Amino acid sequence: MIEGALWRRWIFYNIPLILFVFVLLFPFYWMIVTSFRPDGELYRPWNAVNYMPFWTNHPTLEHFRYLFEETDFGRWMVNTMFIAVTSTVISLFCGVLAGYALARLNFPFAGSLGTMIFITYLVPQTLLFIPLAEIIRNFHLGDTPWSLILTYPTFLIPFCTWLMMGYFKAIPKELEECARIDGASRWKAMLYIIVPIAVPGILSAGIIAFTLSWNEFIYALVFLSSPEQKTVAVGVTSELIRGDVFFWGSLMAGALLGSVPVAIVYSFFVEHYVSGLTGSVKG
Amino acid sequence: MTVTAVPGTAAARRPVPRLRKLEDERWLALVLLAPTAILLGLFIAYPFVEGVLLALSDARVGDPGHFVGLANFAKLWNDNIFWTAVWNTFWYTGVTTVFKLGLGLWLAMLLNRHFRGKALVRAFILLPFIIPTVLSTFAWKWMFDPTFSVINWTLHQLDFITQRINWLGDPNLAMASIIVVNIWRGVPFFAISLLAGLQTISPELNEAAAIDGARPWARFWLITWPLLLPVTMVVMLFSVIQTFADFQLVYVMTGGGPANATHLFATYAYQIGIGTGLLSQGAAVSLAMFPFLFVIVVIQLLYIRRVEVR
Repeated sequence: MIEGALWRRWIFYNIPLILFVFVLLFPFYWMIVTSFRPDGELYRPWNAVNYMPFWTNHPTLEHFRYLFEETDFGRWMVNTMFIAVTSTVISLFCGVLAGYALARLNFPFAGSLGTMIFITYLVPQTLLFIPLAEIIRNFHLGDTPWSLILTYPTFLIPFCTWLMMGYFKAIPKELEECARIDGASRWKAMLYIIVPIAVPGILSAGIIAFTLSWNEFIYALVFLSSPEQKTVAVGVTSELIRGDVFFWGSLMAGALLGSVPVAIVYSFFVEHYVSGLTGSVKG
Repeated sequence: MTVTAVPGTAAARRPVPRLRKLEDERWLALVLLAPTAILLGLFIAYPFVEGVLLALSDARVGDPGHFVGLANFAKLWNDNIFWTAVWNTFWYTGVTTVFKLGLGLWLAMLLNRHFRGKALVRAFILLPFIIPTVLSTFAWKWMFDPTFSVINWTLHQLDFITQRINWLGDPNLAMASIIVVNIWRGVPFFAISLLAGLQTISPELNEAAAIDGARPWARFWLITWPLLLPVTMVVMLFSVIQTFADFQLVYVMTGGGPANATHLFATYAYQIGIGTGLLSQGAAVSLAMFPFLFVIVVIQLLYIRRVEVR
């Protein structure tokens, strides 16, 4: 890059970047401050004299205690984890197989099938949630984690398939042919030669699928009804708001804790996440 | 490839152990695609057909209803709230996409340099996109709370306002607030994707143009932007579809209020279909999204074809 004097670098690069980072991260800071703030400091109008927005003198764990003792929060975390992990595993299984078939096998309609899967990726959940709610009820899956474990793959599989297709296409054909000449059967060559090479791709697809299913909201909102079945996002929304009363402290504590698992998964695999995202973007 | 296919087809004619059939690529493909086809068929294709039938009936919760033709759609045609939702959806999608693209591109350009802590910044700025939308939206709702708003406090400290601003209580401000939150959430995705696109552009092109005397703006418009366009189009497609069909953000921020002023397709469908139990009417609102989404997808597919052919 061609850059000018020091002052130009500050004006054109550093200051805008600092502003971006500040604005993008401030809500999280606000979440953290709120969840440790006692009610006495929390509910002080913004125009009160002693309004102290950015710091708390007497941090408290009261909101976290409320969350775990007065609500099913622990349960919601376990539910969400179970649903996210299971639907990710199912989607990876289907996506790897389908991606392999579409990228490396010759069969009629391969192209149009690929396009169809791409199109289903673009069908948003909000288009189908009402008829799906009826179908889930007819299958007697309503109010069980399986209603989500089986429906989340509808948006995860197309994504995994497309990502895996890209990975599989990049692996040279000769590798497979060598294995075949050495006597491996068609599917063994796939399972033992090609799939292991694609592990980085599988890993990125898994991470993104996990964060996507952790983030899903409308299916969980519509398909689940009893408090002990809910996911974090739905539980926090329905149990920490009573009519017009928002339990802001616990709400923010819940939001914070509910974000931790995805943040951890993501921080361990940030490079995979970025390469996965961009891999899907490059199509 | 035909070499491997021939023994397979020959084997398929004789009675063979079942695994031998997998030597044929067509059989193998069928087996590999089966799980995906079953799940997508059961939970996408079937509900879609079901949704269309539902929208053509007068079903309610607990009442399967009868076929009523296009009555639900006729009702929507005369429904002012529906038209508000349509207008809102387009406005919301249009405005946020412009800002997300503009700011995302700017941020991508800022990150496409070497500086200390680059990896850390790149990791942190993706957080708004990673953290579950509902949870981060609650943080915004709390920041916009009329009585306890830190935003009001800041504006007051800076002497911009003297009275409190009821961000989510005033129809216009509520829409603007939602748009701000959506932009906040979407910019990281644009930035990181466009950054990946920028990194595929060879710096030599820019340097050559600079030596030829091209100013930074000219270099951007004549070199960077055209080369970035394919990535930009794909990123925009995903973003536009997600935004057009958005639910979570509005549901948490305003629930469609005040006085139905901030409804989008999805939130209005939810309110009618689940909130008041008029399943058929709600399904009709959801389905009304479909033609628009379809057009966007077709345009995108045509575009991808064109780029691949080139």
